[in-house]
Parts: sequence; structure tokens; C-alpha cells
Amino acid sequence: MQLLTCPWCGDREEAEFRYGGQAGVPYPADPRALSDAEWGRYLFVRDNPAGPFAERWVHSAGCRRWFTAVRDTVTHEFLREAP
Amino acid sequence: MTDAVPRMPGFLWRNPDPRRSYDVVIVGGGGHGLATAYYLAKNHGITNVAVLEKGWLAGGNMARNTTIIRSNYLWDESSRIYEHSLKLWEGLEDDLGFPILFSQRGVLNLAHSLADVRESKRRVYANRLNGIDAQWLEPAEAAEVCPILNVSPGTRYPVLGATYQPRAGIAKHDYVAWGFARRADSYGIDLIQDCEVTGLDVRHGRVTGVRTTRGPITAGKVALAAAGHTSVLAGMAGLTLPVQSHPLQALVSELLEPVHPTVVMSNAVHVYVSQAHKGELVMGAGIDGYNGYGQRGSFHVIERQMAAALELFPVFARARLLRTWAGIVDTTPDASPIVGLTPVEDLYLNCGWGTGGFKATPRAGWCFAHTIATGRPHEISAPFTLDRFTTGALVDEHGAAGVAH
Ligand SMILES: Cc1cc2nc3c(=O)[nH]c(=O)nc-3n(C[C@H](O)[C@H](O)[C@H](O)COP(=O)(O)OP(=O)(O)OC[C@H]3O[C@@H](n4cnc5c(N)ncnc54)[C@H](O)[C@@H]3O)c2cc1C
Ligand SMILES: [Zn+2]
Repeated sequence: MQLLTCPWCGDREEAEFRYGGQAGVPYPADPRALSDAEWGRYLFVRDNPAGPFAERWVHSAGCRRWFTAVRDTVTHEFLREAP
Repeated sequence: MTDAVPRMPGFLWRNPDPRRSYDVVIVGGGGHGLATAYYLAKNHGITNVAVLEKGWLAGGNMARNTTIIRSNYLWDESSRIYEHSLKLWEGLEDDLGFPILFSQRGVLNLAHSLADVRESKRRVYANRLNGIDAQWLEPAEAAEVCPILNVSPGTRYPVLGATYQPRAGIAKHDYVAWGFARRADSYGIDLIQDCEVTGLDVRHGRVTGVRTTRGPITAGKVALAAAGHTSVLAGMAGLTLPVQSHPLQALVSELLEPVHPTVVMSNAVHVYVSQAHKGELVMGAGIDGYNGYGQRGSFHVIERQMAAALELFPVFARARLLRTWAGIVDTTPDASPIVGLTPVEDLYLNCGWGTGGFKATPRAGWCFAHTIATGRPHEISAPFTLDRFTTGALVDEHGAAGVAH
């Protein structure tokens, strides 16, 4: 099984984690100022690169804390973890 | 069972080099790209067409799916497109003049909780209103359809009943692709393998051609049918889409005597099972949670899938696993496809079929060909354009599409 590194707990089995998708998607500062298309983009559109991807993971069966990791979506290799 | 599989001639299509220009370039030689090419020629008389495939024809999800065909989706929009597709399947062997081993052996969708039961019955009633052959079966009736199914109340997730669609079934995916390819080729359409699209030329908001590993090709229209790779291609034209690419795994057992007469799916425990014509048990899992373009997934996913399969089918306990693999599926927020125009003129999109687009192959090709030929969505695929992610008119099929199939 693939090992993921939780910044707090260290290496744990992948099954202890859950995936949270793209990292760094801020809630719009003024949602009411957005057009329908912009709001739709915020709700539904995320990056989907083939290659390095900064994404959120949660150590749900461990410390239950979230962290950001950069992972290569082609090789599935973790390149970097950070809180 | 082996003699049920017909032999094929050595070559079913030419293997041409790309010309420098086409009226329509289709990117992706999977089932959808090949069906689109065929219907462009057959329904619209458009034959100056190339299908560009980066690997070999139909070596992507088309080669990797578990071939389940059904139309028992919840919403009217989906019922229409999948039922129209099922009707095309029912005549496809004759239309293509090619064996595709379409076997209408029925599908059971199991319910394991009270919520499942309610949602399943609701789907049966909705299906009936849409003229789809759906029934609700009590556990004992489900066991009559599939005698090896364990419906005893003592299991961890007991079978509380099932929806049943008798006209559903399976087909031989490779033959389907080859049947479309052979007919497209006979219309003079170039099927070009080993030709990866690496760039899209966009001038003044209009696509004018593609760059490929076999040189640039100009095109009147460019149509994307690249399944899991669609986001990467759309990005070449500056578009981002509501699509995420995930691994989806499946596996087969060694060849066995016929034991499994139908198709059994369970969204709750994430497994779906049938027995292929040659005799192998074909089992699919749910998607891996993370994005992935590697055509492989994590072992724990198939481990759980096997645990579920064994509880439903104790008789499988001594079957041996032969092969596992994964495809790259293009999932959308509402588990429904995206078919239609894009903000870039002459660039068309067919994607987002995710875990369930094999069953749609003929109708997706039909509707996409219409869209490309006329510049307007086909009426059946019109609810599935990109606009719905602005208007909010989603077609949420998470219940019927479940995790996979
Ligand atoms: C394990 C698994 C089980 C499934 N089970 C079912 C099922 O039971 N029933 C069902 O209905 N559906 C099922 N599906 C889904 C179904 O397989 C897909 O929805 C469908 O095959 C997608 O359409 P396609 O055949 O055109 O895709 P693909 O066969 O993936 O075709 C896309 C093609 O585009 C090519 N391509 C990508 N990028 C480029 C580029 N840059 N240049 C040139 N070519 C490119 C790829 O190489 C590929 O051949 C399953 C999928 C998987 C992975
Ligand atoms: Zn932790």
C-alpha cells in the first residue's frame, strides 16, 4: 500500500487519508459581486493537470488534520508535504 | 464458451499517414471518437475526417471498461440519452455488419439499506414513466434471476432487494470499437494511430488546427473525444473544465464455466460483476479518490471490492485473479457528461462520461456527430452542454451512476 507522510504523524497507509482536491482555492472575497459564470467556476471548476498538483489531504483515520501536498498525478509520487 | 467468440480477419482498417488538412479532426480514437467518425459519415455525409489517437485504437477506457450497458438512470434527460443509446445497441450488430456480442442478460442494481430501497424504487417508477423496462425485485426474486447471489439476511450489507432491467446487458468492447473503426475506414475516414495531439492552434477565438507528434494538421473543426485526457487538451486552447480525472480499476478472474447469468451491481459496496463470453468473471471497483493519469490505482480499492464481491458471491472464493488494470475516467460534478460547443469557435467537446460512457458509445457518437456537423447540440444531448455549470441546471446522476459502472 502507498505510504503518505502526514506532517504530524509521519508515514501512514493511504487508507488512513482522504482526498480534498485542489489546494489554494479561496472562497470569493465578495460572492455577490460575481457573475453566474464566475460563481459557477468557483463551485465546479478545478485544475486537473497531468503532472505536479498541489492538493489537500486529511489524515482522517489519524490526527484528523488537513495538509497540502504536491503530488505528481501521472506517477502518483508525492513531491512535497506541508501543513 | 470459447467458441462463442468469432475470429477476426487480419486487418479491419488501413493504417494511413496523416494528411495535412481535414474538414474535421477528432482527437481520441476510443469508442466515442470512432462512433463519432462513423456517424459523421453515415448520417451527415462528412468523410474528410481524421481520428487521431496517441496510442493504438481503442486502447484507453474502451479497452478497460466492464462493458455494462443499461438505461435505468433517474432523470428524464439521462433516461432519454441512455435509452436512445440502448435502442441503437439493439440494432448495432446489423448496422455495423459486425459481431459485437451484445447480450441482453439484464442487470440487477442491489439495495442494501432502507435508503437504498427507497431510492431504488423511486428510480424504478421514474424509469417506467420514461418507458424503460424497470422492475423492483424482492430478495428472493433477485435470487431467481441470479442464483449464485447471496441474499441471506446474515451478511454485513444484506441484499434488501434490487432493481432489474431485463434489456440491459454487456457487449464485447473491442469488437464494438473495431466495428465502428472498420465502417468509418470504409467511408474513407483516416484512423491515425501513434499520433498524439500536443497543441491546438487558436486564432481570433477560432480553432484552426492541431499540432501532433506526426506534424501539424489544419482542420475546419476539431472535436475532442479524449475521455480522461480532455482537461489537458482543453488547456491547450486555454479552457478549464468542470472535469477531474481519476483512476478506475477493474479485474478479471481466470476462465470459468458459466455460473453468472446476468449483471449485478452494488453502489453501496462498490462492486459490479458479470461473466464475459469467454468465461472470465469481470469485476469493477469504485474510483480511486485522488486525481490520477497513471492508468493504475491503489491496491486497497480492489481489496475492498473483492471483499464485497465475496460476500455477495461466496462461490467466487476459490476463483483466481488473472489481471487487474485501471483506466482514467473524466468525472464531472453531477456525474453526467458534457457534450456540445465550447467558447472556442469550431472546437467541440464530448467528455465527462466518467465511469459510465461505454453504454453511451453509439448515441454519444450520434449526438456528437450531429453537433459537429450542424454547429448545434443534438436535442437529446442538449441538456448536457457546458452551460449547465453556469445556469445551475445540473443533471445529478450520483444515485444512478453511483460510483461507477
Ligand atoms: C475500469 C473501467 C470500467 C468501466 N466500466 C464501464 C461500464 O461497465 N459501462 C459503461 O458504460 N462504462 C464503463 N466505463 C467507462 C467507459 O469506459 C468510458 O466512459 C468510455 O470508454 C469513454 O469513451 P472512449 O471510449 O472514447 O474513451 P477512451 O477509450 O479512453 O478514448 C479516449 C482516447 O483518447 C486518446 N487520447 C488522449 N489524449 C490524446 C491526445 N493528446 N492525442 C491523441 N489521442 C489522445 C486516448 O489514448 C484514448 O484512446 C468504465 C471505465 C473504466 C476505466
Ligand atoms: Zn496525522
